[in-house]
Amino acid sequence: MRKQFSPHLLVFLLPAVAIYSLFMIYPLFTSLWLSLNTQINNGPEHFVGLANYFRLFQAPEFSGPFWNALWNNIKFFAIHMLVQNPVGLLLAVFLSKQLRGTEIYRTLIFTPTVLSVVIVGFAWRLILNPQWGLHTTLLGLPSTALTTVALISVWQNVGIPMMLFTAALIRIPSEFYEAARMDGASAWKIFWNIQFPLIFPTLGIVSVLTFVGNFNAFDIVFATQGALGGPNFSTDILGTLFYRTFEGYQLQLGDPYMGSTIAGVMLLIILAGVIAYLLGWQRRIQDLQY
Amino acid sequence: MNPDIQVRKHKSQPKRSYARFSWLEGAVGHSLLICYSLLCLFPVLVVVLNSFKQPLAIFNAPFVPPTPDTFTLDGYKTLAENANFGLYTLNSLTVTLSSLGLILLAGSAAAFALSEYKFRFNTLLSLYLSVGIMVPIRLGTPGILELAKTLHINNTLWALIAVYTAQGLPLAIFILTAFMRQLPKDLKEAARLDGASEYRIYLLILPLIRPAIGAILAISLIPVWNDLWFPLILANGEHTKTLVLGASMFLGQFVNDYNAVLAALSLAILPAVVLYIIFSKQLIRGLTDGAIK
Repeated sequence: MRKQFSPHLLVFLLPAVAIYSLFMIYPLFTSLWLSLNTQINNGPEHFVGLANYFRLFQAPEFSGPFWNALWNNIKFFAIHMLVQNPVGLLLAVFLSKQLRGTEIYRTLIFTPTVLSVVIVGFAWRLILNPQWGLHTTLLGLPSTALTTVALISVWQNVGIPMMLFTAALIRIPSEFYEAARMDGASAWKIFWNIQFPLIFPTLGIVSVLTFVGNFNAFDIVFATQGALGGPNFSTDILGTLFYRTFEGYQLQLGDPYMGSTIAGVMLLIILAGVIAYLLGWQRRIQDLQY
Repeated sequence: MNPDIQVRKHKSQPKRSYARFSWLEGAVGHSLLICYSLLCLFPVLVVVLNSFKQPLAIFNAPFVPPTPDTFTLDGYKTLAENANFGLYTLNSLTVTLSSLGLILLAGSAAAFALSEYKFRFNTLLSLYLSVGIMVPIRLGTPGILELAKTLHINNTLWALIAVYTAQGLPLAIFILTAFMRQLPKDLKEAARLDGASEYRIYLLILPLIRPAIGAILAISLIPVWNDLWFPLILANGEHTKTLVLGASMFLGQFVNDYNAVLAALSLAILPAVVLYIIFSKQLIRGLTDGAIK
């Protein structure tokens, strides 16, 4: 490494740091600032502290939709953790066995992930259409809609945990398996006693990626159920609520201040998840390693 | 199994580790993977096949391929008359290629500085830049819209290019810095002794980071190409619509014209699948190598 400071340094760093600061960091702060302000009847913008947040949590016109969306979002995340990641792991275990045709399987299973959510959402909406022989309308009933949308999202995204788990499994040295086979261990035992502990760090990364992705989700609900998260808001999540509040929808006018407030809450939730992962999970892994 | 075969197999692919499997495990594995692959392909096939069928045939026998009796191109005709998919595709290509180019250019320069020079704020700057890996840029949308209005780039493709570049930079810099740190120092030092300028040295090592560049392109491509959120908010005018937004609005409008909807979906699937086929190797390598660190 070169030690002396040089003007070249600025030339190399400036474009990236400028674009990143201007279009990512600065807007995040202005959004947070907007969430601490309000405006009445097109009057001047004024500072109100955390009043918007209290309004979001307590005022009847905001708190109902907000808690509903948050609760739906938690269920949405739980379904991904319970279905997407175990299925991804299961597929990865078989893919890492290097059966014949592994490449083809991997390419096919990853295909939904590269398709646009609009395509995926509409394709499933057509297939689950009652006119096509299905007896009930899974996406049309409040009791089944959220689970169905979450499963469509799982179907689309399972390729990502599958890839990450496959990469981790392939790295396990073959000596470990040889030794276990010598001792007569079953496939099930090998999985729990060798593979699972060794891919534990990947499980952490997959979980935090799922968490961030799910609490920031919008497209899949918008594409299958529309901006209102229908029927009767049963699939409304934080992303769709943020969109409606900020942009306005149908009769509802857009409100940048309350929209920013919802974005602020989403930011806090996501930061809490990431920090919990960095502090808790990573430290445990370090303890294991030393 | 014959131990000799085992050894030879091992030598030919030394990097792969083998979990040896029994006949039963192989059979279970194949049937599971085949079933799951079919589940992945099924919706895509249903959409594409039905887009060539007459409405009656779509509903009476949705899972049967088109026959000469039921074949029609009506959906594609409606599409050609009512939606400007050529323009949408061009917009998507412009936005995707420009932001990927900027990500690579600015990202590799910054990574060069971070990996090559020791300066006071190096670690701090790396941390600052990596915030964007985990924090979704979408949460800054109110601020971004305000900024775009101030800069008068609202409702232009520039707004999208700027946002996607900012979104892609953190991970690109992270991967490239790690990669550049591993490059041998001799080459650079020799060039410096010969009096090469720092910019020359930067150009000199660019070809060496090609594997990492492939991975970054592949990882950044999908989220940019498929994004619906920012086109919806920053560029929803007719002349700036991207393919995903254009398809989405067309579907909303023609929701009851199944032929048109299926044709639009089939056409929107096409570029994604073509890109995927071109980039699948890099994409898979990028996901498996770059993401775990």
